[in-house]
Amino acid sequence: MFVCYGVLVMLHPNIGLLLNGFNEHLLPTRQEIMKWNGWGYSDSKFLFNKKGQAEFTGKRYRLSGMILPSLQDWFENTFGASVKQHKSPATPSLNAGALPPANLNEAFLQDLTATGIPFSHEADDRVFRAHGHCLHEIFALREGRGFQRVPDMVTWPNCHNDVVKIVELACKHNVCVIPYGGGTSVTGALECPPEEMRCIVSLDTSQMNRILWIDEKNLVARIEAGIIGQDLERLLNEGGYCTGHEPDSMEFSSLGGWVATRASGMKKNVYGNIEDLVVHIKVVTPRGVMEKSCQGPRMSTGPDVHHFILGSEGTLGVVTEVTMKIRPIPEYRKYGSVVFPNFEAGVACLREVAKQRCAPASIRLMDNEQFQFGHALKPQVSSIFTSFVEGLKKFYITKFKGFDPHQLCVATLLFEGDRERVLQHEKQVYDIAAKFGGLAAGEDNGQRGYILTFVIAYLRDLGLDYYVVAESFETSVPWDRVLDLCRNVKERIIRECKERGVQFQPLTSCRVTQTYDAGACVYFYFAFNYRGLADPVHTYEQVEHAARDEILANGGSLSHHHGVGKLRKEWMKESISDVGLGMLRSVKEYVDPDNIFGNRNLL
Amino acid sequence: MASTTLYSQRDPMLKKRDDFEDILEERRNSSDLKYAVRCYAPVLYKGLTPCKANMLKSMVLQSDHLRYVINQVSQESGEAPDIIHEEASVILEEMAHRLKISTVRFFAFTLTKAFKTLFQHICVNEEEYGSWYINLQQAIQEHPVVLLPSHRSYMDFLLMSYILYTYDLALPVIAAGMDFMGMKFIGEMLRMSGAFFIRRSFGGDKLYWAVFSEYVKTMLRNGFAPIEFFLEGTRSRTCKSLTPKIGLLNIVMEPFFKGEVFDVHLVPISISYERILEESLYARELLGVPKPKESTSGLLKARRILSENYGSIHVYFGQPVSIRSLAQDKVNRCKYNLVPRHIPRKPTKETQSFVTDTAYRIVRLQEDSMVLKPWVLMASILLQNLEGLELSLLTEQTLWLRGLAQSCGAFLDWPDHTPSAKVVSSSLALHRGLVCVSGGRVSLVLGEPQGLVTPEEALFNRAVSVLSCASYRNQILHVFIRPAILAVAIHNAASSKKDEVFNCFSFLCKMFSDEFILCPGDTVQDFEEACYLLVKSGSVQTLQQNIVVTDRGQSTLSFLNGLLESFLQGYQVVCQYFCEEACDSLTEKQYIPAVRSFAVKLILAGNLRCYEVLSSDMQKNALAALLRLGAVSKVKVADQVTLKVNKLAVNSLEDTLGGRLPTQKAVLARL
Repeated sequence: MFVCYGVLVMLHPNIGLLLNGFNEHLLPTRQEIMKWNGWGYSDSKFLFNKKGQAEFTGKRYRLSGMILPSLQDWFENTFGASVKQHKSPATPSLNAGALPPANLNEAFLQDLTATGIPFSHEADDRVFRAHGHCLHEIFALREGRGFQRVPDMVTWPNCHNDVVKIVELACKHNVCVIPYGGGTSVTGALECPPEEMRCIVSLDTSQMNRILWIDEKNLVARIEAGIIGQDLERLLNEGGYCTGHEPDSMEFSSLGGWVATRASGMKKNVYGNIEDLVVHIKVVTPRGVMEKSCQGPRMSTGPDVHHFILGSEGTLGVVTEVTMKIRPIPEYRKYGSVVFPNFEAGVACLREVAKQRCAPASIRLMDNEQFQFGHALKPQVSSIFTSFVEGLKKFYITKFKGFDPHQLCVATLLFEGDRERVLQHEKQVYDIAAKFGGLAAGEDNGQRGYILTFVIAYLRDLGLDYYVVAESFETSVPWDRVLDLCRNVKERIIRECKERGVQFQPLTSCRVTQTYDAGACVYFYFAFNYRGLADPVHTYEQVEHAARDEILANGGSLSHHHGVGKLRKEWMKESISDVGLGMLRSVKEYVDPDNIFGNRNLL
Repeated sequence: MASTTLYSQRDPMLKKRDDFEDILEERRNSSDLKYAVRCYAPVLYKGLTPCKANMLKSMVLQSDHLRYVINQVSQESGEAPDIIHEEASVILEEMAHRLKISTVRFFAFTLTKAFKTLFQHICVNEEEYGSWYINLQQAIQEHPVVLLPSHRSYMDFLLMSYILYTYDLALPVIAAGMDFMGMKFIGEMLRMSGAFFIRRSFGGDKLYWAVFSEYVKTMLRNGFAPIEFFLEGTRSRTCKSLTPKIGLLNIVMEPFFKGEVFDVHLVPISISYERILEESLYARELLGVPKPKESTSGLLKARRILSENYGSIHVYFGQPVSIRSLAQDKVNRCKYNLVPRHIPRKPTKETQSFVTDTAYRIVRLQEDSMVLKPWVLMASILLQNLEGLELSLLTEQTLWLRGLAQSCGAFLDWPDHTPSAKVVSSSLALHRGLVCVSGGRVSLVLGEPQGLVTPEEALFNRAVSVLSCASYRNQILHVFIRPAILAVAIHNAASSKKDEVFNCFSFLCKMFSDEFILCPGDTVQDFEEACYLLVKSGSVQTLQQNIVVTDRGQSTLSFLNGLLESFLQGYQVVCQYFCEEACDSLTEKQYIPAVRSFAVKLILAGNLRCYEVLSSDMQKNALAALLRLGAVSKVKVADQVTLKVNKLAVNSLEDTLGGRLPTQKAVLARL
C-alpha cells in the first residue's frame, strides 16, 4: 500500500486564496480590479497562450502563472470545441449608450446629500451592481448588451446608522432599495425587476466591513455585515481566530449575503452552516430595526425571528451587524483523498461516514467526469521524480487494483484539529473507505480538489471565449435517493440538450459536497458547446429548468444554499405549500408594506 | 417549461404500414439445427451482464420492501419473521423463471418444425422509419423494456421468444398464469425458456403480492431482461381485445415514478392469427364446456391440429412508448418523496387513472396494428345473413366493406393483384370448417347433420359455428366500434339533435365499456372520432346542431347497426332474465348456467334468433355492466355471493338499449 500522505504538513490557512492581502477590493470602485463581465479579479484568468498552451494568469492563486498542458486536449475533446478555429470573444467594454438613463428621485437625492452618505449614478457603478453571476447575466455583459433595468444610483453607507437613514428616506420618498453585498448571487437575486418604475437604489454594504469587537470569553465576534469572507477570515486570523465559514465564494461574498441566502460553508461539519454560526442579527427594515435583546446561545421564544431574516434574500431589509461564533485557528490541518472504483461505492462510503458521524471538516466526492477534469488542470510536473511517482500511482490504481479509469471517482478530505486527533480521525475515515473499496490517494490530490473549487469559477469565462456555456446548480437529497437523483438528472440533461438541438454532447458532472445525518448536498456542473444554436442562453435555461424539475421529482430540494432569487421562484409554492408561502407573504406584508425592498426575490 | 413533444412517439395514425418479412422463409431454406445452435449474443440493458437466477432471488428476498412486508405480516399473524421469510422463499421458488439458453435453443429447433407445418407464413413488420428491431434494440440498451403483446393463443409467448431469438434480441421473462405449471414437463420447459408463474388470484395475500411485485421490479431495475406480460390478463376467447388489467402495469411503472429508473419503455405488439389453433375450443368453452385443464397429455392430443392449415401469422412490433413522456404533466412524482420508497402504498387516484389510461392506450395501439384478413370482412357479412347469401352478393358486399373498413383505418391484408373472386374463394377454402358453399349460396355450417340430434344439440352445434364465425367478426370490431355505437345512437335517439345523439352514445359507451375497448373518460373524444369517420365516409352530415344520415349512408348505418345487433339483443336478454326469472337467492355461480338456459328456451321457442347471447363472455360482460351501473348488486350471504336485482333499473336499462325509452329517463330511473 502506498503511503502518499503524511509527508507534507500544510499550514497555509487559506490555501488557494489571495496570497497578497491588501484591501484594494474594499474601495467603492472595486470594479476597477474586478472583471466587469466575468468572475473574479481582472488579472486572473485562464487563456490559451501563443504556444496554444493553457495558463492561468496573475499572481493571486497557487495555480497562477502555471502552464496546464492537458487542459486544451480535455477541453477540445470534451466539448468538441476548437481553440484555434472557433472563438467567441467578449465585447471589450460596455456600451454606455445601451444603458437606460438614471431615473432619479430628486427629493430623495436632496435628503440623501444632506446626510453626507456617498452615492453615485455613474454608468459603470450602476451596471456593476445590476447583476450576479448567472449565465444569462454574464452572457449579456459579454455581448455588450447590458440589462433592461439597472439601479438608478448606488449608495455606500458606512455603518448601521447610515443604513437606518437611507431606509427612512427610502420610505419617505418611496424609492426601491436593493441591498448589494458581494455580488456573487447565482439566482438572479440582484437583477432589477424590469417593471419597477420607482427609482432603484443599490445599497452597497462594502464600507461596513469592520470587526466591531471580539469576545474571547464567549468566543463570539460582532461584525459589520458588509465584510467580505476572506477579509473576515484574515482579520480574525491575526488574533488567532477563525469563523470556519468557508463557502466556495468566500473571496468575494459578504457576511450579509450569507445571512440573506442561508449560506453553507465547506467546513460546516466542524463549524456549522451560517444558521448555526449566527448568534445575533441586527437588521434594518422599513418598520424599523429588528434585533434580539440578548445573545443567549439558544432561546425558546416562539419561532426564531432570525429565521425570517436568514434566507430572506433582501426582501425584508438590510442586515447591518451580526454576532458570530469564532473558534481558535486549528493547530493542524491535513488534506487527503480516496479513490473509489465507482461513484456508487463512493456514495456508500460517504453515507457510512455520515452514519458514524465522523465526517472530516470537509468531505467531497467527485464523479468520474470531475476526476478527469481535475486531471486536465494538473500543472506541468516540476520534476521527473514526481512524474514517475504519479505514473506509478496510476498504474497501481488502474492495473493492479483493476479500477476502470472511466469509472473511478475521488473523494477529497480536509481534517482539522489537534495533530493527535486529526491522525486518529484520519485513520478512522480511511478504514471506512477501505471497506467500500476506497484507496488512499494522497494529500496532493485532495489539496488540488480544493484549489479547483476557487479557480473553477474562472473556467466558465474561458469556455465562453470558445462557444461553451457552463453553469452549476445544487440540491440536497435524502441518502437513499442520491444515486438515483444523480443518474436521472444527468440523463435528463443529456436528453434535453439533444431534444433542443445542442449539436455536441454536453458535459454533466456532479459531486456530493456535504454530508448530513439524513442526506447530502449534491452539486452539478453542466456545460455544452453552443455552436449552431440561435439562442444558447435560452436553450441553457430550458435545460436547467428541466433539470430542476427532475431534481424535485427525484426527491431533491429546490436549493441547498444558493437560494431562490428569481430563478426558482416558480417552484416555491410546490416546495413549501400554499400555506407556507402565505406565511412568508404575510411577514413581508407586515415588515415592508410598500415593497421598499423591491427586488422581488423568493415570493 | 418542458416541451410536451419531448420524448413523444410518432403519431400511430401516420405510420406507414409497409412490408412484412416472412421469418419462416429462411427457415424453409436452411438448416433448423444450425439455426438452433447459432451464435446468439443479444444487446443488453446498458451492456450489463445479467445476474444469475439465484442471485436475483436473493436480491428479492433481501430487498427492503420484502423485509418490511415480512415484518408486517409477522406482526399481524404472530408468526416468527423467519417462518414468513421461509414462506416468501417458497413463493419465490414457485414463481421464478430459470432462463436457460439450451432450452431456448431446443424450442428454436422444435418450434421451427411445428411452425413450418402449421403456418404458411409468420410475418414480422419490416421497415418503418428504420426497422422496429433497431428501435427495440436501442430501447433495450437504454431503458428497461416491457413487451406487451396481444393475447389470443397459447402460442403467443413462445412465438414472441422465438421471434426475439431470430432477431438476436434479448429474450424476455414472461409473466404466465399458474395453470401452465400443472403441465409437469412443459411447465418446467417454459420456466427454462423464461416464463415465471403467478397465481391467478391472490387478492388479499400481502406476502404474495410483495414477493411478486418485488421480483418484477428487481428484474426491471437491474435490466435483467425485457419483461413481457399480457395486458389483457388472459387469452381472449372471442378474439376481441379484453379490457386491460392494470395490476402488473402498475408494478412496472412504479420504479419510474419513484425515480429508481430514468424511464421505462412499453412496446405494444399485435399478433394476428389468420386462424387460431384454439378456434373451436374457444367456442365450446364459451358455451359452457369447461376448458380442459392444461396438461401435457392434452397438448399431445392436440397434435391432431398439426395436420391442419392455419394460414399465416402477422406480428407487428409497435414503436416503444416512453412512460416518462406519457406521464409528463399527468403524474406528479414529488408525491413519492414523502414516504420511504420500500414501503408499499396504494397508488394515488392520479396515478391510478394515468395507469388505466395508459393501459387502454396500449391496447388500442395493439388493436390498430392487428392485421385483418379478407375473411374477417366476410364473416361480418355472413353473421348478418345467417340464412346464407349468394356468393356473388357476398363478394360484392365484401368489396364494399373493404372500402368502408379502409376509410376507417383498418389494417387490411388484402392480396394485391388477385381477382376479388379468388380472394373470396380462397378464404372460404381456408375456413371450410365454418362455412359451406352449395349451389352458389354461402352459409355457415350447422355442425354435423348426420344422426338424430335433440333440438338442444342442434342449437348447440349451430351456436358453435356462430360463435366461431363471430370470433372473426370480432377482429374488426375495433375499427367500427365508435361509428357503430354512433349509428345505434342515431337510430335510438328521439331526434337528430347532436346533444341527444351524444347522450345516447354516451349511455351505450357506459353500457358496453366491459365489452369493447372504450376508455372511461374518453367518451367525448370517441364521439368526435365516430362523427369524423362517418362524415368522412359520406354517411352522415352535421347540419347546425343536427346529425343527419345521408341517402348513401343508409346502407353503412344499417351495416353498423347490424354489427352491434347481437350485443344489444344479448344485453337485453340478460336484463330480461333478471326481470322475469331471477330469484332472490341467485348466486353469482348460478348466474351463467341460468342465463344460458333462459336464452336456450327463448331460442327454442322461436322468440330469439341471437345465438351470441349463449356466450358466457357476453353474459359476464353484461353482468359487469349491470353491477357497474348499480342495477344489480352483490350481497354476501354466509360464504356465498348472491345477486340482488333492482328490477326497475334493469327494466329501464333494457328499454333504453332497445331504443324504447329515451336515454335521459333511463339515467333518472337508475338514480
